[in-house]
Amino acid sequence: MLEGILIGLQTALSIKMLIVVVGGCLIGTFIGMLPGLGPMSIIAIMIPVAISMGDPAAALILLAGVYYGAIFGGSTSSILLNAPGVAGTVATSFDGYPMTKQGKAGKALTIAAIASFCGGTVGAILLMIFAPMLSSVALLFHSAEYFALMVVGLSAIAAFAGKGQVSKAVLMTTIGLMMATVGEGALFNMPRFTMGIMDLQSGFGFITLAMAMFALPEALFLVLRPRTISEGSSNDIKDLRISRSEARAIAPVIARQSIQGFFIGVLPGAGATIASFLGYAVERNIATKEEQEQFGKGSIKGLAAPETANNAACTGSFVPLLTLGIPGSGTTAILLGALIALNVSPGPRLMIDEPQIFWSVIISMYIGNLVLLVLNLPLIPYIAKVLSAPRNYLIPFILFFTLMGAYIGQNNATELLLLVGFGICATALKFANYPLAPLLIGFILGGMLEDNFSRSMQLYDGVAFIWERPMTLGLLVIAAILISLPIWRTYLAKGSRNRVAD
Amino acid sequence: MALDRWIALIFVGICLVYGYIAWFNMDSGLAPFMQRNPIWPSTFPKLLSLLGLVTSMIVLFGLEKSEFQIGEIDYRRLHEYKLFQAIGLLALMAIYALTLRSLGFLISTASFLILGSYILGERKWTVMIPVGLIAAFSVWYLVSEVLEIYMRPLPHFLKLGN
Repeated sequence: MLEGILIGLQTALSIKMLIVVVGGCLIGTFIGMLPGLGPMSIIAIMIPVAISMGDPAAALILLAGVYYGAIFGGSTSSILLNAPGVAGTVATSFDGYPMTKQGKAGKALTIAAIASFCGGTVGAILLMIFAPMLSSVALLFHSAEYFALMVVGLSAIAAFAGKGQVSKAVLMTTIGLMMATVGEGALFNMPRFTMGIMDLQSGFGFITLAMAMFALPEALFLVLRPRTISEGSSNDIKDLRISRSEARAIAPVIARQSIQGFFIGVLPGAGATIASFLGYAVERNIATKEEQEQFGKGSIKGLAAPETANNAACTGSFVPLLTLGIPGSGTTAILLGALIALNVSPGPRLMIDEPQIFWSVIISMYIGNLVLLVLNLPLIPYIAKVLSAPRNYLIPFILFFTLMGAYIGQNNATELLLLVGFGICATALKFANYPLAPLLIGFILGGMLEDNFSRSMQLYDGVAFIWERPMTLGLLVIAAILISLPIWRTYLAKGSRNRVAD
Repeated sequence: MALDRWIALIFVGICLVYGYIAWFNMDSGLAPFMQRNPIWPSTFPKLLSLLGLVTSMIVLFGLEKSEFQIGEIDYRRLHEYKLFQAIGLLALMAIYALTLRSLGFLISTASFLILGSYILGERKWTVMIPVGLIAAFSVWYLVSEVLEIYMRPLPHFLKLGN
């Protein structure tokens, strides 16, 4: 491990990489602050830039920096405006915004920054310990297990989708998988479902789809319902210091939530959002009576808990990506797509084949966290000025960058029409409360899922691998349980309600 | 019928078409040596079409009970939101996609940015035009000179340099 850390330091501490980290964090904070633009859209917009850098380590570092920056920026707009830019920072606004109203905006931002820093750093340490362990286990996996593991991942994402949403999430995943089959398949390179259109021969572009699923609907929502972006941002942000007693109060919260958040982040489907809400709930329950009263009215503990947890969870979500090559969230799915475009296949072999990528990403996580704390915190009052940028200029630019992202990736104007078309579909789906992340994850995993499925079918000359390999069978059973459990529970709840009614 | 079930109905249709192609249309061109393979290019799509059909039926008939929840925007009161601005911007994006090649990057992008803010209600031409032009030129410079991805800057008949 020491050797790996040294390799990582060597790569990550070069001038180029440092610039990339700082740039990524700043861009992420900048855009993440705009309400309505989440980390997924920002990363999707940044992918063409990352890919054209050509160096996979630099690309991944840039995107990871953008990811952190976006979460940090999202918490800034939650605290200052009560307008969370990201679902993962909604819990931050519960106590952050009341603090701003009390005139303690500077203090709230400092606590958020320190909590994010600790969460991210502890997360990176845990990642360094657990990722090598997990990937040495993962080396024993065959294609059959990979197939089963991806099925588990996809069903976990559907299972965590929420009450009454499981079938919708499964449907969206299936649609994503179907879209992945368009174009020349892995098997015999036969074109499938192209309807004779040449532009579909190589399938749908993943950047186009990512933009259409996330960036475009979010921008359209900004157009449809103009949230008053500029209200309240004129407050001066001053007094960034926190007192010693406050630091002592939040220290145990930060320690607990970094670990809890990390492990929630590792689970597929449960990302920063669940981690932050759960962290908030847990801390409120274990706080003393008088502290509980403070929650929701500007409690520093209530602010530190979700902030720590969401950053730790962001780091945790890198574990399945880097060790198994399976993304656990929409954001890591986009990162996976970018890596594949750069000819790197994340998975257990990554640590052995390209240790410099693996370790430099981890080292750059430390640097990224440091950058956010040292560089962004003093700059926040100035960066917050972007919140007062006129919406009439901002929105055309956001739309233009989504278009550009899709165009640069493919250099094909048909792609832009596809982007607009899919964007309209995605907006309609968003109106009807269909979750969009499962579709994209299904689309990205679809190719790999089919490859592994075909390989095991060919090796075992049929579907015998399902019962002849106990581990595959076990994983598939877990997947079936994951899907059926929430459905079963809603049925039980309905049954008991009917009985009460009788 | 609520919007989510209408969408499920559309998905049923999509799955039927997809399934029809997978089950009946795809295997005809399969070479004999491929037919001995345990897995065909159509195997996975066949499974997917069944799965998609079942889940979209579940959503369509509301078999999984869910509490009704209004999303971030209530689509039944869409007319109360700034719908025309959104439609205008979408149309503008489509026009941009069609004219990007023929008009060249600089003209189409600058007019996209200017018209975009016009649709959103901005009327300060003295700000809009310089912002659009500067942004279009700097993005073009970054993409083609720094990232070295070629984009034709001007229309066919106006050639820049070579």
